[in-house]
Amino acid sequence: MTHLHSGERPATPGVLIGGGIALSLAIMGSIVAARYAHDSGFAAHAWIFAAGFLAGLVWLVRRYANGIPADDLTPYADGVVRAGVIASVFWGIAGFLVGLIIALQLSFPNFLYFPDLPFTNFGRLRPLHTSAVIFAFGGNVLIATSFYVVQRTSKARLFGGILPWFVFGGYQLFIVIAATGYLMGITQSKEYAEPEWYADLWLTIVWVCYLLVFVGTLWKRKEPHIYVANWFYLAFIVTIAMLHIVNNLAVPVSFLGSKSVQLFGGVQDALTQWWYGHNAVGFFLTAGFLAIMYYFIPKRAERPVYSYRLSIVHFWSLIFIYIWAGPHHLHYTALPEWAQTLGMTFSVMLWMPSWGGMINGLMTLSGAWDKLRTDPVLRMLVVSVAFYGMSTFEGPVMSVKAVNALSHYTDWTIGHVHSGALGWVGYVSFGALYCLVPWLWGRKQLYSLKLVEWHFWISTVGILFYITSMWISGIMQGLMWRAYNDFGFLSYSFVETVEAMHPYYIIRALGGALFLIGALIMAYNLWRTARGDVKSEAGAGSAGLAPAAAE
Amino acid sequence: MWDHGKFERNSILLIAGILFVVSIGGLIEIAPLFYLENTIEKVQGVRPYSPLELAGRNIYIREGCYNCHSQMIRPLRDEVERYGHYSLAAESMYDHPFQWGSKRSGPDLARVGGKYSDEWQRDHLMDPRSVVPESVMPPYRFLAEHELKTRDVQALLEANRATGVPYTDDMIANAEADLLAQANPESEGAEAVAARYPKALVRDFDGDPTKLTEMDALIAYLQMLGTLVDFSTFDANSKDNIR
Repeated sequence: MTHLHSGERPATPGVLIGGGIALSLAIMGSIVAARYAHDSGFAAHAWIFAAGFLAGLVWLVRRYANGIPADDLTPYADGVVRAGVIASVFWGIAGFLVGLIIALQLSFPNFLYFPDLPFTNFGRLRPLHTSAVIFAFGGNVLIATSFYVVQRTSKARLFGGILPWFVFGGYQLFIVIAATGYLMGITQSKEYAEPEWYADLWLTIVWVCYLLVFVGTLWKRKEPHIYVANWFYLAFIVTIAMLHIVNNLAVPVSFLGSKSVQLFGGVQDALTQWWYGHNAVGFFLTAGFLAIMYYFIPKRAERPVYSYRLSIVHFWSLIFIYIWAGPHHLHYTALPEWAQTLGMTFSVMLWMPSWGGMINGLMTLSGAWDKLRTDPVLRMLVVSVAFYGMSTFEGPVMSVKAVNALSHYTDWTIGHVHSGALGWVGYVSFGALYCLVPWLWGRKQLYSLKLVEWHFWISTVGILFYITSMWISGIMQGLMWRAYNDFGFLSYSFVETVEAMHPYYIIRALGGALFLIGALIMAYNLWRTARGDVKSEAGAGSAGLAPAAAE
Repeated sequence: MWDHGKFERNSILLIAGILFVVSIGGLIEIAPLFYLENTIEKVQGVRPYSPLELAGRNIYIREGCYNCHSQMIRPLRDEVERYGHYSLAAESMYDHPFQWGSKRSGPDLARVGGKYSDEWQRDHLMDPRSVVPESVMPPYRFLAEHELKTRDVQALLEANRATGVPYTDDMIANAEADLLAQANPESEGAEAVAARYPKALVRDFDGDPTKLTEMDALIAYLQMLGTLVDFSTFDANSKDNIR
């Protein structure tokens, strides 16, 4: 990288020429695809691709028209991380909002369905919600934090020049394609892998570039050792690539149409899907966010990671065992018994590495427990690890076939997922965002710690509403399905069990609303922080709980 | 103790280690399903979907029905009594992708075929609460208005054949004709559909003979679900059928 002297007029950067040609070709290709599309959905997507590439071209020209911008010459590439933080907050709120809407649809079906507007139906909005929170919110948090962490722990600038920006922009384009696809009914119907073949191909390109940026930065590192958080990021990136490619193998019906036929069928497709699906949990929502835990908790608590040896055992045992757990989604199905038994066995074993990781995270606070009283951000991070411990205990319990016979197909599963998603993934992400915004925007502190307190307590109550209502409705429905009367007949028709869940669906929606309100408070707080505002508050931290001066 | 530092100093070694460790589970659990012969039972009656059923299945997928309806009856007493014989692997062997589902916000549909009349299905899809007041299902009135798109139906069968579904040349050549004929019992091709696809139901499913709608296709699919295997000839306790 050349350093510019003041007054020197720089030449047109090569990246502008190369990137400009590539993007122009991509725009033209997209327009041709739109013109000859076999269905309206594919045409719409081709136009969205064209618009995305055009936006990229405009951005590229503006950025490099006057030579290399200062942002390209800083020791760390933080512009792309800032963009990732903004995208995370935006998609998070969008995803939580869609979740609230579909929770309300199940509570009040008479008011929130529109018979002539197909895109408002639950079946299309539910994938929109799951993908928005997992891939749009979670994915942006992971990409942003991984870019931040790998630079700091390697003492090196991100590898690849413009490539990290391509990863960021390309990933947003994937999100828009996926989301608009669900609304139009373009789906493979494989949970958490719904986007169709062309979106999958696009994500594969973006993901390979992501791996390249991450590993390239590791190659440039000035530290002899790769820090533990980066092991987890690496396992997340590599394994997700493997899962994504295998689970999405498909034969397109037409190369100018949105429909494809999955390569595998029936029982093989089912296990491939849940091998993918469970490890989307294991590697996207666990390994990636454990990397956040391993960087942000020590950093915020100003304590070293509790145990180096436990980190090693945690890492290898977690990634080895997780990959086997998929069949527990298929208990008592037509999947061969031996595969179910293997899945159950490894799921129960998974409890150990999960709690090993939890202990490593929690015990990092040794000697700094008092900070939980004064620093609501650290509290959020620590409570996230507690939720992680809770849901990784509940998971193995539910994977036992006898329990699963009751819990499967019910809301208990939904509650379990949300204790992990809201409590663990949500809170560890919020904690990281509260740390990152002051660091990235060069502010001494957050706008308001009191607002963090409000966020914490409102959303904690929301999570509790959510998971307790789903426990009750799930277990109740499971029991009603299998209830017999004295004459040996089934006691309840299916729809009676639906009716019985109505109050719990309303409580669940209330929990979701509280969680969303908490996230909105966070967004406001982060926005004011980025602007450089500081709210004058009596004492740092929660009023009345601030410790007396220690001196 | 083994020197973990090697992995921490060499990113390529670390990636190789990760890839090795995460490959084992999938290879041992998934790969055998493709060659172990007893993975899928050998039963009579399972055939590829007719073009109209397949089009209906694509609508089922498009609308995300799998989000709330399973198609997998477990061998538990209450499920067998509520829904019928437990599902066999053979019954979804031509499902690309599978539709077993993971959540029952509504009931299982693996054997819904023939349980309700076409009229009930149509009324229920148009406005679920008109027939089941407590239902939380969305309404699908638009299906009765959207004409079924038949373009690419032949390519759809060909793509299925590429993945291993045994569509014959005859089936592929007549794909579009079969699709139209199955919803029109008066047409010339009606008998040919039933011959090519045994047990295929040939009738006007949505009660509107003037046009072929998405409602026709979806009901044709729902009405055949779980009806192909003749369970009077299936011996669940035979050694060949225990997995």
